[in-house]
Amino acid sequence: MKELTVDAKVENLDEVLAFLREELEAHDCPPAKEMQMEVAAEELFVNVANYAYDGGDGKITVSIDVAEGNSCEISFKDSGAPFDPLAKEDPDVTLSAEERPIGGLGIYMVKKSMDAVEYEYRNGQNVLLIRKILSK
Amino acid sequence: MTINKTKNGDAMTVALEGRLDTTTAPELDADMKGSLEGVKELIFDFANLEYISSAGLRVILANQKAMSKQGSMKVVNVSAEIMEIFSVTGFSDILTIE
Repeated sequence: MKELTVDAKVENLDEVLAFLREELEAHDCPPAKEMQMEVAAEELFVNVANYAYDGGDGKITVSIDVAEGNSCEISFKDSGAPFDPLAKEDPDVTLSAEERPIGGLGIYMVKKSMDAVEYEYRNGQNVLLIRKILSK
Repeated sequence: MTINKTKNGDAMTVALEGRLDTTTAPELDADMKGSLEGVKELIFDFANLEYISSAGLRVILANQKAMSKQGSMKVVNVSAEIMEIFSVTGFSDILTIE
């Protein structure tokens, strides 16, 4: 397992994604899956950066573990106020371009593209975990 | 990300290169808001776009909404990886993709 702790700031997005990408590439992750992992990670990281500390400073720890059978698990931990982003209602993706609100797609994409998404508030931390099998 | 715009009469092609994410999407948003006047046909060329996240999708949808009022929009040269993102979000049904 590899772990990275950074300030929960949007400016650190590139560093976090590069850290995850390196590990995914090391395990020969297929490009489509790699992009889905990155898109999901971006969403969850930015969510924490924007909301967890209510504008104040705080840390986020990102860990990645690719286990036997190419099951990849990425977790995000922050010490902000308890917040479950998965509780949000899914958007209606059958609406036309004119009817659709702009935004609200991020968490939905995470749910749809991962094999598992779990949220837990544990020991004073928000813990979000995403899991996906990387092989084809 | 690099934004490369080419105008041909009332048609405009916007070729994107690099990553369209939370960090770069606001650039494209600002750039496009000042560029659509008089444009009847908008073409996004994704040939060199490596990555798109929901922040990027928001900008694409905003442009689709604007163009529905004044003309048409299409997205060309979409990679298989980005096509999967479009499918998950239903964007493959609301955009014209060639």
